[in-house]
Amino acid sequence: MSDKQFKHKLYVKKNSEISFTADTLAKIETIIAHYPEGQQKSALIPVLQIAQEELGGSLNVDSMDYVARLLHITPIEVYEVATFYSQFYLEPVGKYVIEVCQTGPCAICGGEDIMHYLEEKLHIKVGETTEDNLFSLKGVECLGACGSAPVMQVNTEFYEFLNIEKIDEIIATLRNTSELTKPESLSWKERLS
Amino acid sequence: MERKIILENNDIEGIRFLDVYRQNGGYQSVEKALKTMTPDEVVSEVKTSGLRGRGGAGFPTGLKWSFIDKKSNNPRYLVCNADESEPGTFKDRYLMERIPHRLLEGMICSSYALGANTAYIYVRGEYKYIVGILNEAIKECYKNGLLGKNILGSHYDLDIYVHCGAGAYICGEETALLESLEGKRGNPRLKPPFPAVKGLYDCPTVVNNVETLANIGWIVNHGGESFASIGIGKSTGTKLISACGHINKPGVYEIELGFPVEEFIYSEAYCGGIKNGKELKAVIPGGSSVPILPKELILNTLKGEKRLLSYESLADGGFESGSMLGSGGFIVYDEDDCIVRNTYNFSRFYHHESCGQCSPCREGTSWMDSVLYRIENGNGRMKDIDLLVNIASHIEGNTICPLGDASAWPVAAAIRHFRNEFEFHVEHPDIVRNSKHGSILQYTNK
Ligand SMILES: Cc1cc2nc3c(=O)[nH]c(=O)nc-3n(C[C@H](O)[C@H](O)[C@H](O)COP(=O)(O)O)c2cc1C
Ligand code: SF4
Ligand code: FES
Repeated sequence: MSDKQFKHKLYVKKNSEISFTADTLAKIETIIAHYPEGQQKSALIPVLQIAQEELGGSLNVDSMDYVARLLHITPIEVYEVATFYSQFYLEPVGKYVIEVCQTGPCAICGGEDIMHYLEEKLHIKVGETTEDNLFSLKGVECLGACGSAPVMQVNTEFYEFLNIEKIDEIIATLRNTSELTKPESLSWKERLS
Repeated sequence: MERKIILENNDIEGIRFLDVYRQNGGYQSVEKALKTMTPDEVVSEVKTSGLRGRGGAGFPTGLKWSFIDKKSNNPRYLVCNADESEPGTFKDRYLMERIPHRLLEGMICSSYALGANTAYIYVRGEYKYIVGILNEAIKECYKNGLLGKNILGSHYDLDIYVHCGAGAYICGEETALLESLEGKRGNPRLKPPFPAVKGLYDCPTVVNNVETLANIGWIVNHGGESFASIGIGKSTGTKLISACGHINKPGVYEIELGFPVEEFIYSEAYCGGIKNGKELKAVIPGGSSVPILPKELILNTLKGEKRLLSYESLADGGFESGSMLGSGGFIVYDEDDCIVRNTYNFSRFYHHESCGQCSPCREGTSWMDSVLYRIENGNGRMKDIDLLVNIASHIEGNTICPLGDASAWPVAAAIRHFRNEFEFHVEHPDIVRNSKHGSILQYTNK
């Protein structure tokens, strides 16, 4: 994390007009209200997450400056945070960000093979994005699901007990449908309803 | 010795919902605490219970609570640590996913005991769907008068908010977590002052692990004495153990503290033995930060006593021949697993996760990472092994937060117990070079 640095090009402002919808702004107001008066900076991470989600999957200087204005803090305070946390992407990513767990428990259960297989299958290396902008491949540290190793996360969904057939299936579905597919066990939303 | 506190009723259909949870005795402790007990009485029950923090350090919870600065006029906060990123640990996720109200019930009693009117749950960014589950559960509580103003007519007010992180292991360290909650980089703070005096927004704050807080409801209901009678010695109550690695039945198990390690590994009710009929080689019993123990030392202590799942038994022998209960992340290695590659893997992890504030940790984790990389890839020298021990000893104890120690212990322990594998790597570069995980073991196990 500490060695992750701003790419120079990020300093170039595009000055594109950015604004959230009224709905999003209202949502942000409720988040700010979770924290005591004058502590609206606490909302920074949640708001950056919203910005990343709504503004194309990654952050740039324009979107970060916009967030700084919304929260009445300085732009540098936003850059500091955006560069620290691994889930903020400072370069464009594909529609689906595939994050394969590389840490010990997954590694001994085949996590390394999963990564190699995905590299071959998608014809990209770790850290790259496919030409059609559909998939980005990343290596991440323990996802907190070691009991179902090997594991990967695609955007917000966990895919567990992976093997080659499952990966083929997941990639094929993601290519053919516009929505992120749920893992084989029902998602909590379905279970809740 | 089947004993359930946290996962009690876990199998009941719909236990995630407030009505089902309440039909099965849920939230009785809130009624009892808020209506019939003073905050100090709750603290005192928790002290009597002997409950120790389940986040890793095992610090007595009641004692921690009693440090809260009572002279301060600032508001007080309770913060639940749901950052769970210690490799091998996935118990909090299970608990929050299956039975979220257990945590909320504990948090209401705890906040009342501490005099806090606001509490936060800091959930790691990767558990986004858990945020949804918790928010649903919190909404149910507000609707039923269990949160908000004047809870159950007791004149006690409490709001609970979920705050989502964004990917950083270090934010599990309590002061880094507070920094992160304030919207900053997760750089741990120098202590003292401790959070109980100056925590969130410089106000008195208690940070507790999810599992720790999930015990509080039971303690209020049944009293500290009953809790203290469960478990063994100073390891009271039960513990969630998340078991992973090469076992037949990985998963989250609740055990009474003092349960024998051997039975835990081999019994059908728990790990179900080693996968594919292989031999047990080693175990990391408390998450990646604690020392690894080879088979002989994980099953029995050096004195020949059976090793038990308890704070004391796992630590028996110090770091020479023991380990720690830590977070309960139980990682099992079989005869084919390469200890060197695994140690390298964890060193890479700590290097990646170091926040970079202190030189010994920032530089040391980076050196260990590169030295282990070259050993693992067949470019090591014999003196590298002692170099690693040397680096580890210079990180330990010289840093702001315990991540430094956590990066040093696993390396020192792996070399202490498996030096021959490191030497093998140096002596046989052709064999180890480019070999995949596990594949060189056919040579070393001869
Ligand atoms: C590097 C590091 C990571 C930690 N990660 C976690 C974590 O993910 N979850 C947790 O509960 N405690 C974690 N801790 C321990 C916390 O600092 C703190 O001791 C704990 O949350 C206190 O709660 P407890 O007393 O209930 O255990 C971590 C500590 C360190 C040094
Ligand atoms: S020990 Fe490491 S992680 Fe902890 S404060 Fe120092 S540099 Fe940061
Ligand atoms: S090591 Fe992969 S989820 Fe924990």
